[in-house]
Amino acid sequence: MSRLEARPEPSRAMMLASPLIAAGLMLVSGSLLFLFLGQAPLHAFYVYFIQPLTSLYGIGELLLKATPLILCGVGLAIGFRANVHNIGADGQLTMGAVAAGCVALYFDGAQGPWLLPLMILAGAAGGAAWAAVPALLRTRFNTSEILVSLMLVYVAYLFLGYLVHGPVRDPAGYNFPQSKMFGDAALLPLLKDGLRVNAAFPLSLVAVAGAWFFCRHSFAGYRMQVSGMAPAAALYAGFSEPKNVWIAFLASGALAGVAGVGEVAGPLGQLQASVSPGYGFAAIIVAYVGRLHPVGVLLAALLMSLLYIGGETAQIELQLPSAITGLFQGLLLFYLLAADLFIHYRIKPRRVAVAPAAALPVAKEAA
Amino acid sequence: MNTDYLVAFLASTAGAATPLVLASTGELVAERSGVINLGLEGIMLVGAVAGFTVTLRTGSAGFGLAAAVVAGMAMALLFAVLVLTLQTNQVATGLALTLFGLGLSAFAGRDLVGQTVAPLPHLHLPVLSDVPFVGPLLFSFDAMVYVSLALVVLTGWMLARTRLGLLIRAVGEAPHSAHALGMPVVRLRYATVLAGGALAGLGGAYLSLALTPMWVEGMTAGRGWIALAQVVFATWKPRGLLLGAYLFGGVTVLQFHGQGLGVPIPSEFLSMLPYLATIAVLVVICRNPQTILLNKPVSLGQNFKAD
Amino acid sequence: MNDPQGRIEPRLRLLGISKIYPSVVANADVDLTVLPGEIHAVLGENGAGKSTLMKMIYGVVKPDAGEIMWEGRQVRIDSPSAARRLGIGMVFQHFALFETLTVAENIALALDEKTTPALLAPRIRAVSAQYGLPLDPDRRVHSMSVGERQRVEIVRCLLQSPRLLIMDEPTSVLTPDAVQTLFVSLRRLRDEGVSILYISHKLDEIQALCDRATVLRAGRVAGTANPREETAQSLAELMIGGDLPTCTLAPRAPGDVLLAIDGLDLPSDDPFGTALRGVSLDVCAGEIVGLAGISGNGQQELLKAISGERLAPGASAIRLLGRDCGREGAAARRRLGLGFVPEERLGRGAVPALSLADNALLTGYLNPAAGMTSSGVIRRGAVRAFAGAVIERFKVKCGGASSAAPSLSGGNLQKFIVGREIRLAPKVMVVAQPTWGVDVGAAMLIRQAIIDLRDAGVAVLVVSEELDELFMMCDRIAVLAKGRLSRAVPAHATSVDRIGRWMGGDFDDAASAPAATAHPEGVLHVPA
Repeated sequence: MSRLEARPEPSRAMMLASPLIAAGLMLVSGSLLFLFLGQAPLHAFYVYFIQPLTSLYGIGELLLKATPLILCGVGLAIGFRANVHNIGADGQLTMGAVAAGCVALYFDGAQGPWLLPLMILAGAAGGAAWAAVPALLRTRFNTSEILVSLMLVYVAYLFLGYLVHGPVRDPAGYNFPQSKMFGDAALLPLLKDGLRVNAAFPLSLVAVAGAWFFCRHSFAGYRMQVSGMAPAAALYAGFSEPKNVWIAFLASGALAGVAGVGEVAGPLGQLQASVSPGYGFAAIIVAYVGRLHPVGVLLAALLMSLLYIGGETAQIELQLPSAITGLFQGLLLFYLLAADLFIHYRIKPRRVAVAPAAALPVAKEAA
Repeated sequence: MNTDYLVAFLASTAGAATPLVLASTGELVAERSGVINLGLEGIMLVGAVAGFTVTLRTGSAGFGLAAAVVAGMAMALLFAVLVLTLQTNQVATGLALTLFGLGLSAFAGRDLVGQTVAPLPHLHLPVLSDVPFVGPLLFSFDAMVYVSLALVVLTGWMLARTRLGLLIRAVGEAPHSAHALGMPVVRLRYATVLAGGALAGLGGAYLSLALTPMWVEGMTAGRGWIALAQVVFATWKPRGLLLGAYLFGGVTVLQFHGQGLGVPIPSEFLSMLPYLATIAVLVVICRNPQTILLNKPVSLGQNFKAD
Repeated sequence: MNDPQGRIEPRLRLLGISKIYPSVVANADVDLTVLPGEIHAVLGENGAGKSTLMKMIYGVVKPDAGEIMWEGRQVRIDSPSAARRLGIGMVFQHFALFETLTVAENIALALDEKTTPALLAPRIRAVSAQYGLPLDPDRRVHSMSVGERQRVEIVRCLLQSPRLLIMDEPTSVLTPDAVQTLFVSLRRLRDEGVSILYISHKLDEIQALCDRATVLRAGRVAGTANPREETAQSLAELMIGGDLPTCTLAPRAPGDVLLAIDGLDLPSDDPFGTALRGVSLDVCAGEIVGLAGISGNGQQELLKAISGERLAPGASAIRLLGRDCGREGAAARRRLGLGFVPEERLGRGAVPALSLADNALLTGYLNPAAGMTSSGVIRRGAVRAFAGAVIERFKVKCGGASSAAPSLSGGNLQKFIVGREIRLAPKVMVVAQPTWGVDVGAAMLIRQAIIDLRDAGVAVLVVSEELDELFMMCDRIAVLAKGRLSRAVPAHATSVDRIGRWMGGDFDDAASAPAATAHPEGVLHVPA
């Protein structure tokens, strides 16, 4: 019987391969699930994963849905590298949307190119401010940032609910919980007529580039990396843990806030009772599947976006329940975590022949 | 405010507290052995949908509760295999379990929205329930309330006085020392994690079978996370769980009665209270690092691999 | 092999035992024979494979080759409980005790019989008193001293009536008095017929206590001997296969006070740690001050207070080059000229998952001359150059600056860390356990590098558990015991004996000690 044995050094090959293996396993599971639901697996596979990519509109939708995932995922990855877990990105996204939406509604009717940048700034500030709370509570009061940032997600949802049921509700909106539609000057320009993907997508690419530079070349990025890998070494080197926590939360909060702007100044065009189908949580998966590396996050976001789009398409064409998207997302992360095992361990057959002692390096500092 | 109203308020507090008592008790035992399961929210949801589905189909709440236990244990088994055998990161795996549970429960319950079952019946104990004022207040809950209270007492006794509890505490403090002494660390952790899953599933089913007897996607609304916070609030001692859960239950119920009392705060803000209260409670407990250092199981969150 | 007592069946025989790990051979072809009623030493420097061998006898680790014979029968020892069933008990070097539990609860956990702490208490009281190691069963372990904790470990073994008792480096945590108490108990056990395997690298203790010795070197048996018939020299030669190396310390007039600790009171941030009380010490330019003491007496807390990983209550409690810096963090203190080599290498002195180059950056960023960062951006060329210079100057055996830190042996990693700190040109250098777990060649290089620093006018503070190392390297020696620091006396004006007594906490002795040499004859500890 074989057993797990630690590798002397982590396997680089597996580090690159495991997300691919995980994606592959998820696709296989997906086919089985389609079969279980009474669909021809290959056809369902095509409709779910391939068809969205076959039209320009589909690609547009793919990029559109990927944008908030990229923005949130890149920010979260920076934090996760430092062992700072921002689980509240969806709340920060919501508050960013609220901030930008309020600016848009306040300046309703205004024209001029200054409105959009102001909205984006407001969104970033709103998200960052919402993220500042768990950062403050962790650095001042040692409170778990996971739980605090999560609780604030529910608070953010409720606050948005309050706004769209009351103060910002469209008087001409038949009592629906939504605001007035934003004016043209408050909407992000589309990249191409007929597609819904907008200027937020190139912004997200800028975020990827910025994050890559930060992680690879900046000393602040190095400090955060050390903090996550060996907190005692970070303390020894004089790195400030509170600083790392703040950078992680403010950066990911601001990016999530911008993602929120991308939604309400984009496909939604108004404030609604819910501005996110859980992007902030999906971004957690995106961050891990992307190996906490900005380019990996980009690729993982595209995959995750495909899962969303595919789910919608499959619902319309095959009457498959939309809830399978969530199922796939969870499965993907599980498979990734399991595949990651082989980065640090390998299977070793139980019996090992003892090599002639002269052929092996003899102990100098063994345990 | 008349006594009937007060009784109703206190009774509904117990109802709101019970899912938390169940889930947090299970999680406490797992954490005492060194494993933190962030998947509680997902497990509770799966338990809720499983319990509801089986009760709907069989007409028996008993079967429903049993199904919830099994479903909770299955989810916990998934977590346990990944974390205990495959050595995956506990935080990431727990998050994955929650997200998976969200998706799985939404998927499994997609045809159940709008259906209802009869809620768990309130007990009528022969003499006790008829005592004026105290009777309706203390002795007329449904069975699960009493079960949850008994579980807390049982867990406290188990941890402090039995050999099993001793083993759990030892493994939670120093799994490598425990292993060197020949204790079955991994098996013990499997047991505590599965027990935690069973109780979380049960807690979720209480939501869909007693508290609001129907299924809604995401109906736990963060209670799994609050259960995790409760374990910290109780400084990992079972007796603190009751206080925390009933406090939270009271705050939760307040949002409904607040509207009835004509309090001029928008309902959404009242609904925020439980979450804000949880944050406040966490800050109070965690402020003093000594409190955490003295009570938190030393190996919490760290994987154990025998070499 | 001759049996001095005639043809008696050995209690334990190991034949050709080997254990191979992926990157290193821990034991190769080891033969070992232990007779009943014998105290048998297993001798070897750190890394020779002693602990691994004992783990195999105790069933924690399985041998890859070879046989184990117990009282004439071949056995397979699959687990510690199987070992205990045979009658083997083991007292580990690093105690397997649970701090938050009581003595009785700890022992109850470790016994194979399913008994309760309440039932065990009277037996604990009886057995511990019988062997001169009295214990209170209801005390929680965290409130006990290290010596008392070791008693818990020993009594735990004794309650199972072992026929073979393995003791792994038992005296590394004991004061000289406690060592004598332990020896009395061990001799009593031997007289009752119990075999004892005594793992140590302390030659004088082995000569005082043991009947036979097996010497391990680099995982193999280098020889067997009767310790009382050998000299310390010959035993040491077996252990390291060559002559004992020595360092030389030229006398030097010390300069200004560069590091001053003044009345430092510091509560421990660990509920089970040691608080510092009124610690005062001056370290001058061009001198090496040694801090002796058994670990657990406040060393960690003092080092963190000096390095800036913990802030002192008052700014003037720590002064570097005359500047108050008690409230400043680690980075600020380095900028003032502090270099620090911590006790833990992987995890504190170096980051395990990073390369040597990236680890050079860990403290190298504070040296403006090295130019590793510029406006917040890392300059990889400068980082690699710095790392390369360290590797070359200190002869670090590795696969270059890009090799991962954990791929280095303990000695080479320590050389790298020491070299990195030295290359930052500190004016004050603090080193903790400089040669723990390091092979002899690297140890000599490190000690010489520290002495060279001193000769160049740096103020050096060395914290070490090895008294002989301190006597070899230091101008003055002080003792840290129970959170209090003794005065620092010149090394040539004190003795191992006196320092040993101070380590027990009693350093207010008014009587002046007779002048003794720093290297008393016959008391030779091999640098480990």
